[in-house]
Amino acid sequence: MRGDHQTLALLLFSVFIAVTLGITTWVGRKRQGSAEEFYAGGRLFSPMENGFAIAGDYMSAASFLGISGLIALYGYDGMLYSVGFLVAWLVVLLLVAELVRNCGRFTLADVVAARMAERPVRTAVGISSVTVSVLYLVAQMVGAGSLVALLLGGTSDTVRAWTVVGVGALMVVYVSLGGMRATTWIQIVKAVLLMAGAVTLTVLVLVRFHGDVNALLTSAADRSGHGRDFLSPGLRYGGSWTARFDFVSLGLALVLGTAGLPHILSRFYTVPTARAARRSVVWSIGLIGSFYLMTVVLGFGAAALVGSAEVRTSNASGNTAVPLLALVLGGGEGSTGGTVLFAVVAAIAFATILAVVAGITLASSASVAHDLYASLRRRGAKPRSEVAVARVAAAGVGVVAIGLGLLAQDLNVAFLVGLAFAVAASANLPALLYSLFWRSFTTRGAVWAVYGGLVPAVLLVLLSPVVSGSPTSLFPGVDLALFPLENPGLVSIPAGFLAGWLGTVTSSEPPDPAKHAETEVRSLTGAGAA
Amino acid sequence: MEKEAGPDTAVLRLDDPWDEASAAGWSEPDGAGATAADGRPRPVERRGHTAAEVYLEVQDSPAFREVRRRYRRFVAPAAAAFLLWYLAYVIAATTAHDLMARPVAGVLNVAMVAGLGQFLTTFLLTWAYARHARLHRDRVALELRWETQEMTRGAER
Repeated sequence: MRGDHQTLALLLFSVFIAVTLGITTWVGRKRQGSAEEFYAGGRLFSPMENGFAIAGDYMSAASFLGISGLIALYGYDGMLYSVGFLVAWLVVLLLVAELVRNCGRFTLADVVAARMAERPVRTAVGISSVTVSVLYLVAQMVGAGSLVALLLGGTSDTVRAWTVVGVGALMVVYVSLGGMRATTWIQIVKAVLLMAGAVTLTVLVLVRFHGDVNALLTSAADRSGHGRDFLSPGLRYGGSWTARFDFVSLGLALVLGTAGLPHILSRFYTVPTARAARRSVVWSIGLIGSFYLMTVVLGFGAAALVGSAEVRTSNASGNTAVPLLALVLGGGEGSTGGTVLFAVVAAIAFATILAVVAGITLASSASVAHDLYASLRRRGAKPRSEVAVARVAAAGVGVVAIGLGLLAQDLNVAFLVGLAFAVAASANLPALLYSLFWRSFTTRGAVWAVYGGLVPAVLLVLLSPVVSGSPTSLFPGVDLALFPLENPGLVSIPAGFLAGWLGTVTSSEPPDPAKHAETEVRSLTGAGAA
Repeated sequence: MEKEAGPDTAVLRLDDPWDEASAAGWSEPDGAGATAADGRPRPVERRGHTAAEVYLEVQDSPAFREVRRRYRRFVAPAAAAFLLWYLAYVIAATTAHDLMARPVAGVLNVAMVAGLGQFLTTFLLTWAYARHARLHRDRVALELRWETQEMTRGAER
């Protein structure tokens, strides 16, 4: 990858940064500084706008480059990811979106704490939300560093370190100056760019094969070196039983975790009604579904046109499959078309990372200020001061993420995204579903559900092969790996639900029927919704 | 929560874009005994004293129970079905290699068809759920919303 790509890619990066900073200042100019404005962008986005923003929040660079890369390397097994990421949205649509919009104001803890003794529940849900966000954020930051280094050709530590710092600084600026309104518009711009890029490449791949999917798949299978096995599952997860259970565990975490991700839940508060929240999820399912279908075409396209071996040579985890594919589709190395397409893909990946980290930073600053600070410190604090805390919290989260991102930049942190989804599914989802649907749920049940999911998830990962005991772990020299799976979901998700049930039935406090009635009536009708 | 909800809603009613909701055809509730737009008599009577009593009363009203029943009767089987279908797919993909590799047409095998089927069922269920909610829940839920808000406002004064 030579100079031309890099110059053009850097130029496009700068244009995106300039546009997003422009959005931030333009939005910041009209800011009123209320909590409603900062956390929920004034709640007046349309379902279509919010649908694009949700899709923008959800489709990370890991899906754009990572999943296509996995498909290019392992064929069908890469596709299993896209299915999990999409089906997860049915949980959101059917069980969560409308009810959360109706019951909460800014965060997940609003919904759970409404029925319970507020302080312990808000603290617990706040802690698990911040944990999920930070795990996800660190994964994105480290990914950003290696991605930019990869796309720009330099693999030096300096480039990666400065990318992490730069991405961190930008996301803090977007969030603390622009709040939810700026973040939402950045997501929308990014989602449009990403969809446009994916559509362009998909069309070019299909044109290359004259629209014959059969020919595309056949030549992908031929050039992969695996033959027909490339088109059926088993190349990556078909080995040992541990690998199989690991994938089932990950699949479970993906499908159940999405509905507990704080940055996704906070998006439902940016629209005026539950009906609008539902319609935004319908939009986002359309966008996300078609996007993942396109990543499948791109992945097999990369295998067919670039070749699995060449993809693996460029990057062992396949992250460069789509940029390499763009180069080939544009006319090959050195051609103008190839240069332009490559630079555009690199810029889109960069935009994707920036937008995703901004969304997560906003959600975690809301959890810190609205849940942790508000329940642990001054309870009667005015909304104005809470927004000030949220701005500072965004900066704090940014500093923590930059620090951890720099510390972890040489480590293999791919497991962090799976872990974030697992914690969301084990801690946030049980507390949320129980409080929406279970009449007898109590404060103790809620607190136990959160910690009963959070603690096992984190502990099991600490005791798993990703941390110690194998050549690819964080600390290969130590062996504490008692738990065989890399993803804790298979154990920690049932643990969270079980702990919530156990806490409730052993609770001395009787459930409050009036509070349950209030939650149920509000969640299904929208009475008293913010 | 309750202390905040009262004044909030009073303000919100002025600037909320209700045109969105009015597409569902609600009519301004005019107190007890009004007739719901779908022709059934409105069953919630206004006799609550505190907000908690209002919510308990609404929860017990036939109109609310109908909304809840319609929601649950759609969501419970649908959620169970898609979760089972997804689990079956993931377990088959990781354990039943021979079944998944069986060719169907051209290069398409069972695994490809099942994977595309997951996409298709997700889109179909999304469409069906949105349609069900729009036709069978939205209008009644909105009426209940206004009515409950009227009652809680009365209760707090």
